[in-house]
Amino acid sequence: MEEAQKQVWVFGDYRNYFQNRVTLQLIARARELAAAMDGQVCVLLFGHELQDWIDEYVAHGADTVLVIDHPSLKVYQSETYTGLLVDLARQHRPEIILVGATSFGRELAARSAKRLNTGLTADCVDLRIDEQGLLVQTAPGFGGNLLAEIVIPRHRPQMATVRPGTFQELPHDYLRAARVERLDLPPNLPPERVRLVKSERLPPREQALENAEVVVCGGRGMGSKKKFRNLHELARLLDGQVGATRPVVYAHWAEDGALVGQAGRQIKPQVLFSFGISGAIQHTAGISGNPFLVAVNKNPNAVMMQMADVGLVADANQVCLALIRELKNRLRT
Amino acid sequence: MNTVVLIKQVPQAAELPWDSRTGRLKREASEGMMNPACKHALEAGLRIKERHGGTVMAVSMGPPEAEEVLREALALGADQAVLLCDPRLAGADTLATSYTLARAVERVCPDFDLVLLGCHTTDSETGQVGPQMAEELDLPAVCDAEDIQIQGKRLTARRVSDGFLETLELTLPALLTVTTQEFTPRDTPLGGVERAFAQAQVRVLDAEALGADSSRMGAAGSAGSMLRVYSPTAQKKGVLLKGAVKKNVQDLLDRYGDRLGGLIRKDLGLEG
Ligand SMILES: Cc1cc2nc3c(=O)[nH]c(=O)nc-3n(C[C@H](O)[C@H](O)[C@H](O)COP(=O)(O)OP(=O)(O)OC[C@H]3O[C@@H](n4cnc5c(N)ncnc54)[C@H](O)[C@@H]3O)c2cc1C
Ligand SMILES: Cc1cc2nc3c(=O)[nH]c(=O)nc-3n(C[C@H](O)[C@H](O)[C@H](O)COP(=O)(O)OP(=O)(O)OC[C@H]3O[C@@H](n4cnc5c(N)ncnc54)[C@H](O)[C@@H]3O)c2cc1C
Repeated sequence: MEEAQKQVWVFGDYRNYFQNRVTLQLIARARELAAAMDGQVCVLLFGHELQDWIDEYVAHGADTVLVIDHPSLKVYQSETYTGLLVDLARQHRPEIILVGATSFGRELAARSAKRLNTGLTADCVDLRIDEQGLLVQTAPGFGGNLLAEIVIPRHRPQMATVRPGTFQELPHDYLRAARVERLDLPPNLPPERVRLVKSERLPPREQALENAEVVVCGGRGMGSKKKFRNLHELARLLDGQVGATRPVVYAHWAEDGALVGQAGRQIKPQVLFSFGISGAIQHTAGISGNPFLVAVNKNPNAVMMQMADVGLVADANQVCLALIRELKNRLRT
Repeated sequence: MNTVVLIKQVPQAAELPWDSRTGRLKREASEGMMNPACKHALEAGLRIKERHGGTVMAVSMGPPEAEEVLREALALGADQAVLLCDPRLAGADTLATSYTLARAVERVCPDFDLVLLGCHTTDSETGQVGPQMAEELDLPAVCDAEDIQIQGKRLTARRVSDGFLETLELTLPALLTVTTQEFTPRDTPLGGVERAFAQAQVRVLDAEALGADSSRMGAAGSAGSMLRVYSPTAQKKGVLLKGAVKKNVQDLLDRYGDRLGGLIRKDLGLEG
């Protein structure tokens, strides 16, 4: 690898579909960051029988793929993978390391940042390079509608985790060429102290909400569990899915799986109805693709209303009921 | 079994009014509360103690008010509580927080078998402190544990990780982070909090008492620094409809029904 050039690293997380997608999304953003500092994008890939992933990461924008392919790396192990990542980072001194905020990625990133004695910003929603060449990490904060910009001025590498769905991947380009560097497993790797006794793949999670073209989201302004149920009827008429905010999920008006936002699902509907939702960044962070947004809120100044294509200043449940009635009328004709 | 449980006080978020918590807790900790995952971690520690004997020690770093959550921990059954409280510890990122908490655990409970944390907090929710403390204390660790079995020095934990149900095994001493899926916390016993308040059992330590490297704690020991905090304004030039609900709903469907209907392949146009 050309050490003179600044490096932006992405951890190649491929164990399941989402992990792989977030890796591709991070490669896309890493390309922009690398361009801004005249550097290059390097993807780290640990495991066994990795050719498909090498090809995929090259086609999606990696300049270099650093590969350690060994049967003993076949399953994800946090101590071992941390050891490999940290060793390589000490040798090559990347400026930036990006890791997908999956269960495994979060732990790997936290451990690696600790061993490298550097900063790690969780769940970034934006990443850019400033005039001084520092990575500006934007992360939601303070429980409300605020974003914080965080920098890691003195420590290297600058590390960040990013949730799946935050950035857009680049299209495949199977003609792209890149450097693939295959490395040996370091000889003195300490044995993993945590033994994986059993691992079962859980049935794939229901994707209906993520893939829905129409989503009807309800927040605290719906008023009660009973009224919240009306949203299901509306969603049924629109062939849509129901989403919810965190207070609603906490209050058991909706199931955990309905949560939309930073801590829940990422949706990308064409049309979004938002009932009685203030529009906190942790919620809106889960909405992408710039949908046609209809918001209902008693408060015309709520962030959600400011974002809306059509805002109705009214009681959320009343509008829901009126829409149900009107849709039933029109669908009958 | 000597267990240390790390407990953080978090703001009583305005979004929790329906939580089935005891009225008592709400009155006594009107501004702060025990972070939910920490409460589950404490419950896990108490159940282990009930089964295997030993002690449970609760440790928190925070402002003086954080003593409240430690009192609550005592009321729930913790044997001892320690608060790390010093303005010099403020402004810590997770790098500094994990360093400080690790040194505190070594100081106040050097013969621990198990360190328990929440999987993440509800205020900043990084989930980084657990794995970073495992590094700092050089312990085998499992994050997001949902089931814990102990036999002698062998601990087995189950967790869900990225679509896999994993069973993991390790040898004590160890560190675990606990999710809110299992270990539903017991109710605070009636009068328990008052009793815990009456008995001054919370030991308070400052940075000096930790005998650790002060350049690695608080803001001084943090790698990250906040440039600015701002409110994102994502304004669209939308239409605002006020007044009669029925009329507005009809307007909406008259104007946009075609677009919507096209999507769901149904005719929602003007009322025929
Ligand atoms: C670390 C962290 C992660 C988080 N992750 C998520 C997440 O993934 N998803 C999420 O949703 N939240 C998340 N949150 C919570 C988030 O910050 C907000 O608290 C939450 O989204 C607010 O939900 P809400 O809009 O339903 O409630 P509120 O903010 O209370 O808003 C209710 C809205 O309803 C309006 N209203 C009230 N009555 C009526 C009525 N009768 N008719 C019409 N309108 C009415 C009000 O004007 C207000 O705008 C997270 C918070 C933190 C700290
Ligand atoms: C809005 C916001 C965003 C932040 N983002 C970042 C960031 O991206 N990166 C970063 O390095 N720092 C960040 N910080 C600083 C971070 O919140 C502190 O370091 C904090 O002390 C620990 O982080 P956490 O609450 O996310 O802990 P988590 O890692 O989510 O907590 C897991 C467990 O660790 C234990 N624990 C955590 N803190 C304490 C404590 N004070 N006392 C006892 N036990 C504790 C508890 O058992 C808890 O359940 C942020 C702070 C704020 C307010």
